[in-house]
Amino acid sequence: MSADLSAPVLSGAVLLRANPLSKLFAAGIVTVAVMLSIDWVSAAVVLSGELLLMPLLGISARRLLLRIWPLVAAAAVGGYGTALLAEKTGRVLLDAGPFLFTEGSVGAGIAVALRGLAVALPGIFLMISTDPTDLADALGQKLRLPHRFVLSALAAMRLAGLLLDQWRTLGLARHARGAGPDGSPLARVRDFLGQSFGLLVQAIRRATRLAVAMEARGFGAGPRTWARESTFSAVDLWVAAAGAALAAAAVTAAVAAGTWNLLLT
Amino acid sequence: MTVGSTRPVAATADGWGWRHAGRPGFAVRGVDLHIEPGERVLLLGASGSGKSTLLSALAGVLGDAEEGEQEGRILLDGEPPAARRGRAGLVLQDPDSQIVLARVGDEVAFGAENLSVPPPEIWRRVRESLDDVGLDVPLDRSTSALSGGQKQRLALAAVLAMRPGLLLLDEPTANLDPQGVTEVRDAVVRTLDRTNATLVVVEHRVAVWADVVDRVVVLGAGGGILADGPPAAVLGDPATRSVLAAAGVWIPGWRPPLAEAPGTRTPGPELLAARGLSVARTRRGPAVLEGVGLSLPEGSALSIVGANGSGKSTLALTLAGLLRARAGTVAAADTLARGAGADPARWKSAQLVQRIGSVFQDPEHQFLTGTVVQELEFGPRSARIPAAEYGPRVEALAERLRLTHLLHANPFTLSGGEKRRLSVATVLATRPAVLVLDEPTFGQDAGTWAELVGLLRGLVAEGRSVVSVTHDDDFTRALGGGILEVRAGSARPTAAA
Repeated sequence: MSADLSAPVLSGAVLLRANPLSKLFAAGIVTVAVMLSIDWVSAAVVLSGELLLMPLLGISARRLLLRIWPLVAAAAVGGYGTALLAEKTGRVLLDAGPFLFTEGSVGAGIAVALRGLAVALPGIFLMISTDPTDLADALGQKLRLPHRFVLSALAAMRLAGLLLDQWRTLGLARHARGAGPDGSPLARVRDFLGQSFGLLVQAIRRATRLAVAMEARGFGAGPRTWARESTFSAVDLWVAAAGAALAAAAVTAAVAAGTWNLLLT
Repeated sequence: MTVGSTRPVAATADGWGWRHAGRPGFAVRGVDLHIEPGERVLLLGASGSGKSTLLSALAGVLGDAEEGEQEGRILLDGEPPAARRGRAGLVLQDPDSQIVLARVGDEVAFGAENLSVPPPEIWRRVRESLDDVGLDVPLDRSTSALSGGQKQRLALAAVLAMRPGLLLLDEPTANLDPQGVTEVRDAVVRTLDRTNATLVVVEHRVAVWADVVDRVVVLGAGGGILADGPPAAVLGDPATRSVLAAAGVWIPGWRPPLAEAPGTRTPGPELLAARGLSVARTRRGPAVLEGVGLSLPEGSALSIVGANGSGKSTLALTLAGLLRARAGTVAAADTLARGAGADPARWKSAQLVQRIGSVFQDPEHQFLTGTVVQELEFGPRSARIPAAEYGPRVEALAERLRLTHLLHANPFTLSGGEKRRLSVATVLATRPAVLVLDEPTFGQDAGTWAELVGLLRGLVAEGRSVVSVTHDDDFTRALGGGILEVRAGSARPTAAA
């Protein structure tokens, strides 16, 4: 079965009912707030806010973790690396030859790890609570982006979801032809590149055929109507307000705690 | 013109021809044709006679001067097709490459949206079109979750929602199982009866459409129109029949003659066996078939049959050593394994190609190089067979499968039949004792069909074992051997053909 990237994983949750644009706004403003400063207070506030809002997604912590564990791992590795290499200030916590950790360096490491997660989560939340078709509708109708662009991107996204299946089939087909990934690491790399090229060829051919099919159905010329009207409701006000409030809380807390460290200055 | 009028369209080709940019010759030329509103036309011709090109031109998607050169003109109701946007609706062969959106309802609405139909009217049409094609699924059903026949009916509904006065179908049933073929054909007939739209359908399985259309037009291979008239007259005329037969068109009441006689050899010792086998497409996914047991002796044929989505292909991939068994075993006898171990799924690629050959349903998935000759030499090279040995072998294969004149062509530019022949030839180049084929005759014309059957019969007679996943009863009968029917999560052998 194909992993269809263009279908959201949940139904009935509050966030799914919100207009994609309000979610986009909320995710955007929160992300900007975290990006502005490298400090652990603002990141921690945003991260706790995000975790508190998680129930609105209607996804269990376990399923969420299954989806985002690579990010968690990456954040942990990033934090560890920072703690190892950052400026060694404050009390020494661990000194084992080249592995020297101090209060200052561990603090910097935690800040980087929290910040990584805090930046990534809004995007993840947006993705799992938003149907790409609804997003395209909102972008086309509310933001008035050109429909050619929006709908082509939407169709491309659906094709991208099918690539996983294609990749698997190509792998089997190559193995059957004697081009499987046996042997040296170099041969494996060559095989991977070969299969990637094969996938690219398939993707282009498929996209070309799809473009013809879309054109045959009147796409691309003249004005169009939208069968699904993109609307705003009270939920959107709450979503946008929650995003703005979380961003404001993060900045306020960091400034109050004296950790605010504006990147641009 | 009022939005959504279903008035049937008249189509005219006037000394029409088209040359694709970058090609020296015309794909089609000298076509003079007038189709009355409401007529139902079956368009036939050899592969390469330009049927699909003509259909694309009628649909107005052939492109401009950059894409090719046009001769003469094509008119819909007296105007160029581009000016009659939405009046012609085109359904293509491949169900997967014409679905645009993720949900069934949105997919059907897409065309009507592009024609600026008001939303309430769009949803009325969506329901009506889905009703017409008999696709009774929720509007928010994922389009990827449909079967092949359902996808083609969805494509038809998506076109119908534009209320076209001219329906253009380009081999709409070539990739479907027999049930899917009937589903789609019946949906088309129902729709035409209601809307009176004009129909032009290209299909080389004539029997599917012969009773439905009221006119058959045959394009000549060298341009122009070879025959034109009522189905009985055109298909009954001996001269036309022989031309169509030579062009590989499947004419009712005729089967392509086969070169070799069916293998009379008694099967030899066992090569490959499956016991208590459960198969699954992915490592974590659910098992699609359980408790399969079978034995493949030397010099035998086995056809795996059953409905689409029943797990036939997954079983074939597992037998071919490409997927690991979920439970139970696939075991190669020593004569087949030749020291590589009993489990084919553990063989290295280079070992696999010399023991079990797999031919995939879509030949393009197996193409790895830029020319036909490199494609043929690829397997032997990766198996480290010396050039002195594979050279003559490749030459003989190319000769046998009529690929010699194409040795330096790019595999992707070949016709459907040529691609199929090449994909079989590449696998045979390493002389595997077991051959596993997935729907080898899908979408093939009668010429390629006969060639494949002849070739496979020859392999069985030589002592190889041929396993085919197929919906094609003619193929199963012609090949002979055992039949394994896959149904409801398990497989059982039925009477040998």
